Amino acid sequence: MTAVVRESQPSMDVKRESVVELRGLSVAYGDVVAVDGVDLTIGAGEILGLAGESGCGKTTIANALMQILRPPARISGGSIFYRGEDLVQLGTEELRKHRWRNVSMVFQSAMNALNPVMRVGDQFVDMMRAHEPVSRRAAVARAGDLLDLVGIDRRRVRAYPHELSGGMRQRVIIAMALALEPELVIMDEPTTALDVVVQREILQQIGDLQRELGFAVLFITHDLSLLFEFANRIAIMYAGEVVEEAPAARLHQFARHPYTLGLIRSFPSLTGPVERMAGIPGSPPDLAAPPEGCRFHPRCPECTGERTELYRLQTSVRPVLHELEPGHRVACHLVEQRG
Amino acid sequence: MTSSITAPLEVRGLTKHFPAGSAVLGRSRVHAVDDVTFALRPGTITALVGESGSGKSTVARLLVRLYDPTSGRVLFEGKDVTEDRRRRDVLRYRSQVQMIFQDPFGSLNPVKTVRHHLARPLKLHGRASGDALDARMADLLDLVGLVPAEKYLAKYPHELSGGQRQRVAIARALAVEPTVLVADEPTSMLDVSIRVGILNLMLDLKERKDLAFLYVTHDLASARYVADTVLVMYAGQIVEQGPAESVLGNPLHPYTDLLLASVPDPNAGARPPIEVRKGVASAAVDPPEGCRFADRCPLRIDVCNRVTPELVAAQPAHSARCHVTAPSPAIREEIHVDSTDTAVPS
Repeated sequence: MTAVVRESQPSMDVKRESVVELRGLSVAYGDVVAVDGVDLTIGAGEILGLAGESGCGKTTIANALMQILRPPARISGGSIFYRGEDLVQLGTEELRKHRWRNVSMVFQSAMNALNPVMRVGDQFVDMMRAHEPVSRRAAVARAGDLLDLVGIDRRRVRAYPHELSGGMRQRVIIAMALALEPELVIMDEPTTALDVVVQREILQQIGDLQRELGFAVLFITHDLSLLFEFANRIAIMYAGEVVEEAPAARLHQFARHPYTLGLIRSFPSLTGPVERMAGIPGSPPDLAAPPEGCRFHPRCPECTGERTELYRLQTSVRPVLHELEPGHRVACHLVEQRG
Repeated sequence: MTSSITAPLEVRGLTKHFPAGSAVLGRSRVHAVDDVTFALRPGTITALVGESGSGKSTVARLLVRLYDPTSGRVLFEGKDVTEDRRRRDVLRYRSQVQMIFQDPFGSLNPVKTVRHHLARPLKLHGRASGDALDARMADLLDLVGLVPAEKYLAKYPHELSGGQRQRVAIARALAVEPTVLVADEPTSMLDVSIRVGILNLMLDLKERKDLAFLYVTHDLASARYVADTVLVMYAGQIVEQGPAESVLGNPLHPYTDLLLASVPDPNAGARPPIEVRKGVASAAVDPPEGCRFADRCPLRIDVCNRVTPELVAAQPAHSARCHVTAPSPAIREEIHVDSTDTAVPS
């Protein structure tokens, strides 16, 4: 994939160009703060990759964007602007209109998201008629077009989900997400359950569709190497915070946060010499009692205590995102000192 | 390595078919594993790679005797164990060939401590008791990097992270001092930052304990990272095998090519898109004669649909099931005759 890495917009333009802006978004599950003050902008027509380990808050962000958080989860602070309108303030009926039409979502393990006792075409019809006044006949025709779009024979509208392979089911789900021509499609680990060959086929297809139709994608995954190839921009999350954000090509070459560097060093390569890799020691923190200061400090190879003042900062003051270069932001005391 | 003269575990022509469909309308059979032959040597890691449904997990289960093969032999230290029925023989084999499962959340008993999980095999197989038990358990935990041991022995699985749980599962497998370890996707359910730790542990154990590993995975990059030998499975057959560097660096089989082209690898630079396949994946239900990869293969020639290719060594120690890249002498002759005698290729 020759990913055309579009440089992120200069900050002046962001307001005009952005589809979605998260401002200080916090989401809590009871007392546990799963997403803690996240700022994130998704530009029109861009593929933003959101990477991190399980429990870091990536899926919670997706659910907040769709406004489908269920108790005990609740937005405990901040705003989610869609084209300037704060979704957090919207009522139920307004949200119903917003969902799927403006922002749609391909869920994790979407392969199991289809109703097993309903023909594929009927599931499209249900979804479309819930959102717009369209005749059954027109909806079925549109379902056929959408299947065509994702490379499935349109006659498969008559098929039941079990008659389709995993990869085909995933394509059906993607087709459904595109049905109302949303501006943003959230994809939460859309290829994780699939084999590598099918994964590559689907990624290629998403890329082609995205170029053709121009929607933006929030692509959530734990697989950073996949994002380097596929995303325009990447944000790295750790323990509920964004710790680094940069254009994909820049992050691949010039990542600065020790966590990002550790993640990069956690993926063996198929090329180059085989060298012993370190991974990251320890495991992600318990969000019910996150570490003081930088949340990564207990696992950080750069937090050694050799420099007393730095160590004090690392262990007691939460670092904030700091712009190194236009579009490249890092939340790390060490990087801030070194510049 | 003095012990590497004979392979402790070898399989020859290993085949497992499962009945499918209804018995009334004729018995079709799923060829989960067909004619698989390889040997595991001490101090080496052999990676068995393939996609889901390729039969790799079935091979792992046949090795640890969770299944009986339809045909073929499993040789342990030269002796066929597929007919062993006596409890003593089965126990001995099981203690020598241990398995690590994919899901460390499911493979440990949630209401038992780490101590219980380690003490049980030690006692059952008579490896240690009394005062020696604690020392032995501490050794095992040390071996898998869980130190200090006292900190972990009293813990329950839910008090451990996924990586720590997998380490306990490995320590439990090592308790009975096996010579062969079969690890079925041991890292796929773990967070990326701790996967490398488990892979490194496998590398350490292979060195320190001279273990023969079978590492079953769908992750080619991790196979390249740990393995000495790579076996590639497709639709129940091994389609390519050889040293890891050759198989993953200069693959012979077009399926291995496709797998490699599909893996995300930011260091690989821009790559051409792969061909998107329409229709369904080839399931090996009553497979007809011919190459099972033929319908997806860019190199397909006429003979591929007629004759099932054999594993042929095209290079020393590197073989493939492919009429084009690794033709057998008979096929080479046939292709040669075809291309000179027939004017119109079919």
